[in-house]
Amino acid sequence: MTSQVLLKADALHKAYGPTPALAGASIEIAAGELVAVMGPSGSGKSTLLHCLAGIVRPDQGGIDYCGEELTGCGDARLSALRRSEFGFLFQFAQLVPELSCLENVALPLRLGGRRRRAAEADAAEWLERLEVADLARKRPGEISGGQAQRVGVARALVTRPRVVFADEPTGALDSLSSERVMNLFARAARDTSAAVVLVTHDVRVAAYADREVVVRDGRTRDLAAAI
Amino acid sequence: MSLGRTILGLLERQPSHGYDIKRAYDQRFGHDRALHYGQVYATLSRLLKNGLIEVDSVEPGEGPERKRYTITAAGITDVEQWFSSPEPPEPYLQSTLYTKVVLALLTGRPAADILDTQRGEHLRLMRELTRRKLDGDLADQLVCDHALFHLEADLRWLELTAARLDELASEIHR
Repeated sequence: MTSQVLLKADALHKAYGPTPALAGASIEIAAGELVAVMGPSGSGKSTLLHCLAGIVRPDQGGIDYCGEELTGCGDARLSALRRSEFGFLFQFAQLVPELSCLENVALPLRLGGRRRRAAEADAAEWLERLEVADLARKRPGEISGGQAQRVGVARALVTRPRVVFADEPTGALDSLSSERVMNLFARAARDTSAAVVLVTHDVRVAAYADREVVVRDGRTRDLAAAI
Repeated sequence: MSLGRTILGLLERQPSHGYDIKRAYDQRFGHDRALHYGQVYATLSRLLKNGLIEVDSVEPGEGPERKRYTITAAGITDVEQWFSSPEPPEPYLQSTLYTKVVLALLTGRPAADILDTQRGEHLRLMRELTRRKLDGDLADQLVCDHALFHLEADLRWLELTAARLDELASEIHR
């Protein structure tokens, strides 16, 4: 890996009760790269993503984000990081149903203290970029799954995060919608130089990445190193 | 793919010279490999011999004469039959990959590594095709999609085989 390492996890272990989810998983994410994390169901890939994003604390192992050890951070610091430095994209867009699409995209900026007008101007720009500007005033219940996910991408990128964590972002979409979302997501992430950690079981989605890491039985393997 | 039928199809659209046929073919179907003139003229000569096309006109030029070819009624019937017949599915029962996996298990080599190496190579090609799709027009996208779906099927097989290696090993050594 030639570029600067942004996020690095080393020998992570995590168990839920007696069930081990991670058993020595390690991964490095460079600035601006898109890495697909793949593996069979129950292999530990989502747990790895949650540990990297500071949502779940590992039982053992270290996570270094730009020189800061995340496992030693308190909840307030982790929340601040998740709000300002990280972006999130889930299988279902998980938009707030009571808010319009524009307000949903503006929400992370508002939570970061931006004034409504400025936040909504940025949000409108992002909706335009994701080719869903016409949905600005609609509520999530009035739009399709593919449209909602594009709004979700806008919301994940609106704060210009350094890392976006995406967990099966196209898992609920048909092939064509999935492709449109991935085209727009991959382009937008590259344009903003955001690194992306993309958990997916779909190899066609993984093909948008720069490289793949496979998780099996809680351990990681970099496929580029396997060749 | 049947080159003869493809050329017949192009000629059904409009009578053409060999050069124009090559150009039309390369533009629409030659994504990975352009046709050689030799292939075009050899195929045209076979189609002529079988009565599926005929020479429409001959134009004298500075070099050799330029012949314009047109499809015959027999040619149209042949193309129609081709369109109405399904292509045989290709089941790949003699897969090299399967052979490698079984031989690796028989000789005590790490079969999982072979599968991972192959998986990495398949994904590398999928990435390349995906990038090509992003920069291409709709025709490029469809051609790449066809290849991507086939690679995806192989990858599913690789994943399933990786999950069944222990089972396969114990069957082989029984």
